[in-house]
Amino acid sequence: MNRPSHHPGDTLLIDYAGGALCEGASLAVATHMAFCPACRHAVAEMEAVGGALLDDLEPEPLSDGCLEAMMARLDHERPAPCRPAVKPSAQQSHYPEPLRSYLRGRLDREGRLGEGGWRFLQPGMRSMELLSGPDGTTKLIRMKGGVGVPMHTHGGIELTVVLEGGFSDEFGAFLPGDIAVGDPSLIHRPVSDPEGCLCLATTIGGLRMTGPLGRLFNRFVKRF
Amino acid sequence: MFPLNGTMQDQHTPAADMAPSLEDLLVAVGREQDRQAFGVLFGHFAPRLKTYLRRLGCDSGAAEELVQEVMLLVWRRAETYDPIHASAGTWVFTIARNKRIDVLRREQRPEIDPDDPALVPEPDEAADRRIEAKESSGRLRAALKDLPPEQAELLRMAYFEDKPHSVISAEHGIPLGTVKSRLRLAMERLRRSLKDVG
Repeated sequence: MNRPSHHPGDTLLIDYAGGALCEGASLAVATHMAFCPACRHAVAEMEAVGGALLDDLEPEPLSDGCLEAMMARLDHERPAPCRPAVKPSAQQSHYPEPLRSYLRGRLDREGRLGEGGWRFLQPGMRSMELLSGPDGTTKLIRMKGGVGVPMHTHGGIELTVVLEGGFSDEFGAFLPGDIAVGDPSLIHRPVSDPEGCLCLATTIGGLRMTGPLGRLFNRFVKRF
Repeated sequence: MFPLNGTMQDQHTPAADMAPSLEDLLVAVGREQDRQAFGVLFGHFAPRLKTYLRRLGCDSGAAEELVQEVMLLVWRRAETYDPIHASAGTWVFTIARNKRIDVLRREQRPEIDPDDPALVPEPDEAADRRIEAKESSGRLRAALKDLPPEQAELLRMAYFEDKPHSVISAEHGIPLGTVKSRLRLAMERLRRSLKDVG
């Protein structure tokens, strides 16, 4: 299988390795990684940076008795029960992890997506929602061959990973494993390849705030 | 008292004179449920994890509770730790990162499964560029100290503030292009340190 030629880039991979990306965007980046050994390697390096940054932090002493409490908890630990790992057959693993876990209950016996559960978007284009949260939605998009999406731009940052088939736009051809990163400065008009296209699309949330004021703010942002 | 020769002497190789590394301790926890080794690991990592969680917004009590949860996972999963793949610090960092996403954000952390048959395999030559985790972690820390302050500061924000770089740019009023180029430059320097031999 060919390896991807469109990658998330260092800064998105750092966001993923550090744990700053929301779940949907992490799913898109990790799905690309399943196709891309080079980005897997890059994330391993970035996790090593995380380890070095952690080691470099100024230690903050723990309250008295913390270690004793910890050791007491170990007394209640039993050796983990040996659960034989259930390996999926090659047939069932048509879509890589972690995506496969998010498709649980939606795959047919051959491990493929069936015809049910799709929502009409425009002629030749349907979608299936996988995740929905304050940061936006994550969905699968399926296009028939030669379907064009009207020229559009993006409110936030949108990540699209090709799973099957492909599409092309002003920036090139996108094939399985390739990730397209769309931001508000980008205007494009993708057209699916003749064999059609299945992809995972998600948005990276904007400001994520906590606390009562933040929740009010989030609701406001969501409404408009 | 131990006899002066015999069994004890066997351990007096040069390696035995050095304090065991964090990696050795973690392996001992995994192989023998070595509680003493775990205690030393706790002494090293728990106060740093507390700082990590405080930077992410936990108060002192919540941070200490979460530190215990993370260290409990370290105890349970030590068996799966492989010092070839990651330094002890890196491995603990990934466990802490995933646990705080789970507890503080109530989200899952999507990750690849290295044993997944659907994973596109590495090209053969990639085996040569695998990071020698233990040896390279010292070089990495030295390279971190040498980073220009504005790069180091952004890198810390990226790892410790739970905000993607686009949000860091907006909140701190640093142009997105500047954030990206500083993070990229920092990563290039750190990568070079991982590749240097000796």
